[in-house]
Amino acid sequence: MTSATQQQSPAPLAARAGLLRSVLINPLGLVASILLSIVVITAIFAPLIAPFAPDDLQIFKVNAAPGDGYLLGGDGSGRDIFSRLVYGARNTLIGALIAVTVAAFVGVTAGLFAGYFGGRREVVMSWISDGLMSLPALIVLLAFYQSLGSSIEISMLVFGVMLAPGFYRLTRNLVNGVKHELYVDAARVSGLSDLRIIVRHILLVIRAPVTIQVSVVAGISIVIQSGLQFLGLGDTSIPTWGGMLQDAFANMFVVPTAILWPGLAISVTVASLVLLANAIRDRLQQGNRPAAVTGLPEAIAKPAAGAAPVDKDVLLDVRDLVVGYPDKSGWTEVVKGVSLTLRRGEVLGLVGESGSGKTQTAFAVLGLLSTGGRILSGSTWFDGRDIANLPEEDMRKLRGKRIAYVPQEPMSNLDPAFRIGYQLTEPMVTVLGISKSEARKRVLKLLERVGMPDPLRTFSAYPHQISGGMAQRVLIARAISCNPDLLIADEPTTALDVTVQAEVLDLLRDLQAEMNMSVILVTHNFGVVADICHRVSVMKDGKVVETNDVRRLFAAPQHDYTKMLLGAVLDDVTPRVYQPRSGRGVAA
Amino acid sequence: MTDDVIVECIDVNTHFGALHILKNVNLTVRAGETVGLVGESGSGKTTLGRAILGIGPVSSGRILFDRQDIAGVPPRDRKGNAAAIQAVFQDPYTSLNPSMTIEDILTEPIIARGQAGKAEATAKVRTLLDQVALPSDAAFRYPREFSGGQRQRIAIARALALSPHLIVCDEPVSALDLSTQARVLDLFIEIQERTGVAYLFVSHDLAVVRHISHRVAVMRGGGIVEFGDCDQVTANPQHNYTRRLLLAAPVADPVRQVERRAAFRALAMGA
Repeated sequence: MTSATQQQSPAPLAARAGLLRSVLINPLGLVASILLSIVVITAIFAPLIAPFAPDDLQIFKVNAAPGDGYLLGGDGSGRDIFSRLVYGARNTLIGALIAVTVAAFVGVTAGLFAGYFGGRREVVMSWISDGLMSLPALIVLLAFYQSLGSSIEISMLVFGVMLAPGFYRLTRNLVNGVKHELYVDAARVSGLSDLRIIVRHILLVIRAPVTIQVSVVAGISIVIQSGLQFLGLGDTSIPTWGGMLQDAFANMFVVPTAILWPGLAISVTVASLVLLANAIRDRLQQGNRPAAVTGLPEAIAKPAAGAAPVDKDVLLDVRDLVVGYPDKSGWTEVVKGVSLTLRRGEVLGLVGESGSGKTQTAFAVLGLLSTGGRILSGSTWFDGRDIANLPEEDMRKLRGKRIAYVPQEPMSNLDPAFRIGYQLTEPMVTVLGISKSEARKRVLKLLERVGMPDPLRTFSAYPHQISGGMAQRVLIARAISCNPDLLIADEPTTALDVTVQAEVLDLLRDLQAEMNMSVILVTHNFGVVADICHRVSVMKDGKVVETNDVRRLFAAPQHDYTKMLLGAVLDDVTPRVYQPRSGRGVAA
Repeated sequence: MTDDVIVECIDVNTHFGALHILKNVNLTVRAGETVGLVGESGSGKTTLGRAILGIGPVSSGRILFDRQDIAGVPPRDRKGNAAAIQAVFQDPYTSLNPSMTIEDILTEPIIARGQAGKAEATAKVRTLLDQVALPSDAAFRYPREFSGGQRQRIAIARALALSPHLIVCDEPVSALDLSTQARVLDLFIEIQERTGVAYLFVSHDLAVVRHISHRVAVMRGGGIVEFGDCDQVTANPQHNYTRRLLLAAPVADPVRQVERRAAFRALAMGA
């Protein structure tokens, strides 16, 4: 038991150390951290480091040049600039610390509660936050200086409150993002109180962005604080960087270099804080992916493309297709030598589990691989022409006109800002070069063809005004609008309800027969395969393990993997029979 | 039979603003039984599950659990066995907090319910992982290190931590691959046979529901259109909508699918 409790602690520490280390590996992060550490250590051990007390006067050293005990010379009153710089670090950091602590505490607390509970609480807090943001900070601080006196601590306290809305808005938005996550629901079901959910689950998520904000706000508050002191609004008896700047400014014509030291201290500290924030942000945005690869590894030379298929009935002939994505150690292959043949008017099913490479194969044919991905070798002959790694310009001419695409998520493939009619006519005008009114006529016909009950209404509707099933019909209409030879459908019915799926499959089947289109249907559902495909290729780990006629595939699967998959299909199970339980005891 | 009933929903209604989501829902689940709740998106099946869990609203009606009304009572205010009602959610990628170790995830319900202290709860983690066939060294790892199927096993282990009499499963296998889905369903059945826990199993997939359920309720538009023994509902449905639902799901057999498709079209014409 004890050993288990002891063992558990290293893991979170390791994760945190990972973040720290990757920030330190970043050159900017490392430099910023070193500079900040120097400033902080100087501030803490000021009395040990400074050779003189900050208000030690030596009257013969007024505006003295560096040397003779005064490392950086003397200021306008004959005090050691170096010692004042060291003590100034302490006072300046204390001021910044007050501002940041107040801002973060007030802002994060308010943001957590407003975000988590929402409703009226959020409205009121947002009003207050907006009100604070609309106040000009410097003028408020000047007003407080008049009424509350010269204490920089009080000024920074007020300034902290003025900065709180930044933290509030950040936190509230982050909480709004995570409060509907299923793990928060799970925690509620487990009986955690709201407070414990906030502390355990939500605080964890927001700590990194808040850390970044802290770093930035610390920089801002040092600048504002120094600005106030430079204007003379501060206790002149306490050494601060801003105060030193003011003193140096007054003696600028006597000792022009004196202004350099506090100026450098302020700018180096603030710049380090901002750079550190950037380094943390870079690390977080990068997530757990390997660091960006600089200079892509050389792609394997593409072998000779071979000759176009002799049989003119073959529309698409994919040969030994290899698709890879770059990573630290070179190329990771996600498709490892896939060959497919698709005849005109044929529906080919591409089935497999997640990670089998079925979607990547389809996207490679479309020329739509995600960033970095490319066809490393092999050829894709489309209608007598090898289109593998065709320049984007040429590919664009093929896509839409001759090769069309129906996606999985209909809603995310329609732009919510434009009417459906516009989204359908625009490609037709561009691709087919027809007039707008001609395109409109054709679109209305298409919408009727894909089964929209009121084409005119759909034409002028926005995507959010139609259902998911209707949106998929619209996308099918868009795909067939230019009479393509090849339609690539990536899980076209997975996001739809089962009755809608049946209707959309019917529509696809009818259109396919009517237009004698070739279709590649990517799916994980063997029911859909049985419904619409003529031939099937089963994929596993980037390879095709079996290609077969659809009836033969189900009747006599050849490959063990196909057999396993078909064995996992849940059709034809014997229903379970309920036996009343004598005891209700539930074992642990 | 009534003796065995552990959950009884009586005329449950839920409104979200002007929307009437649940309409007079009546449903029972018996001890050790799986009731499949099947329907299309927007039918209210998830809303009903959340109402029973206490994380969704109930406008009127009662939900009896062990003869106490738990409708509208949030989980942290529930007492006795009602406090142990647990959930397994659909998406194993967002139902586990990415910044917590598996051990923290599994001990959370036990500690939150005050069933045991930290040390005792930690000792139970191994048993829980064992129940879902995961190695005990999984305890010190993070969710991102596991596949979808393994994460769903972790979610099941968390649900088992309080030794519940009822687990509400909301589409627990629909995000999983076919072969993983079959294995996770078998795990659900095996756990039920061993512990006698009851499931309310929410799914849009009739094949899945038929595989695991003793009884099936079909929901549409916020109401239950048909509720009966699994065999009866899925093989000889009385309601037209259930028939439509059954015929719409394509069967993984090209020859039979031709017949089924024709029957679906005929039904659509007739409707």
